[in-house]
Amino acid sequence: MKFTKDHEWVEVTGDTALVGITAYAANALGDVVFVEVPAPGTALKKGDSFAVVESVKAASDVYAPVSGDVIDANNDLTSSPDTVNASPEGAGWIAKVKLTNPSELDELMDRDAYEAYLSTL
Amino acid sequence: MPDSSTPLKSTPLFDRHVALGARMVPFAGYNMPVQYDGVLAEHKWTRESAGLFDVSHMGQARLTGADAVATLETLTPTDFATLVLGKQKYSLLLNAEGGILDDWMVSRPEGNGFFLVVNAACKDQDFEILAENIIGDSHFEVLGDRALLALQGPKAKDVMQSVCPAACELYFMECGSFDLLGQTAFVSRSGYTGEDGFEISVPNAIVGELWDLLLTHDVVKPIGLGARDSLRLEAGMPLYGHEMDVGYTLVEANLGFAMQKSRLTRGDIRGIDRIRQQLDGGLDRVRVAIRVLEGPPAREGAKILSEDGAELGIVTSGVPSPSLGYSIAMGYVPPASSALGTKLKLEVRGKPYAAEIVTLPFVKNGYHRKPKA
Repeated sequence: MKFTKDHEWVEVTGDTALVGITAYAANALGDVVFVEVPAPGTALKKGDSFAVVESVKAASDVYAPVSGDVIDANNDLTSSPDTVNASPEGAGWIAKVKLTNPSELDELMDRDAYEAYLSTL
Repeated sequence: MPDSSTPLKSTPLFDRHVALGARMVPFAGYNMPVQYDGVLAEHKWTRESAGLFDVSHMGQARLTGADAVATLETLTPTDFATLVLGKQKYSLLLNAEGGILDDWMVSRPEGNGFFLVVNAACKDQDFEILAENIIGDSHFEVLGDRALLALQGPKAKDVMQSVCPAACELYFMECGSFDLLGQTAFVSRSGYTGEDGFEISVPNAIVGELWDLLLTHDVVKPIGLGARDSLRLEAGMPLYGHEMDVGYTLVEANLGFAMQKSRLTRGDIRGIDRIRQQLDGGLDRVRVAIRVLEGPPAREGAKILSEDGAELGIVTSGVPSPSLGYSIAMGYVPPASSALGTKLKLEVRGKPYAAEIVTLPFVKNGYHRKPKA
């Protein structure tokens, strides 16, 4: 699993990847009550806002950690948005993408680097 | 509004909030707890049990003297001659054009004049205006040495029964002066959640002790500003800077209850011509309650559209309602589109979603009202 400074994660299997928000982000947001997932077919450029996660207090954009085409979205989050809090880096995944520029993965942090980054916040 | 470069102020309870694990955020120049356990849990706790809020950032002041009524009536649309000892009224500070500068709770907890509670973000402005508009024999005093707690929820009265039993005799919008921990407390039976509850003003010196004492009751939990906002929204209560500001009149903001007929008849209200004209049908927009029927929550700034896409107005506050399980909002639309059941669209992130006008409040209030004689 790799991480961004905006607290998204990406888990690569072959040429596809699951993306979501980190436990740190889910905790900072508080109780998630609404998730807007992207439509399959959407072409994402790294850094694009591709989903919205909302708590009682606020709506937060989720940014694409890598470029890719959305091939699936976690529609379970529509009825159970709290899965993002319960399992942010597992069942709370947001979208599955087909990577279009896998070299971007090299720019992301591994778990150790991400944790070190969190300790500076 | 406070300058963002000035250091944040704290209430006397700052250390207690941090010790309770609160997430502290800047609000109106103060470092305030936005949540402790989480907004959802705190919201529900207040609706079902009793929530304790530190609202010591709000301004407190006292106005005394034979002409105190005249001073207050110069600045507001409220009839203060009829505000007798032991009662509380909601009022509005108006500018010369009838625009709303702030909303106030004014009470008479003791024989010695009026007790004012004003918004934190507006207090410097309000106190300056009051000081500049003193009439005849009236004396204005900022009570900077007092803190303010709100205890809200259906079990608030059970807790007050042991902490300050005499205050439990109060009905909704009544107040009194009580001995509490050896000091004088101004207590009103009111609040900003739609629940039964109390607001308790005490000297800073004992607020820590009172906070700790209230939290020894298992039914009481501390509640942050996050849940305070979702609770007041469900109760249909406006928030200064959102549902109202100098650009709105009390007619537009649907706050006519802050104005008494006696004042309207006398015609000595700031902006009276505009207010009369709006009451006579010359109204372009009015505050309404909106239920979101599909899609994401609509928040402040979302456009309100007619069913066929014409722009009607704007959302001033919105929240996914923890009590109701759907999203609610308040906003402004032309009177012709304000009837109950009117279908609307709310635009969120560029897409329109179905909504409709509903009645205020969204959630039934739990006030301890005085039985009608």
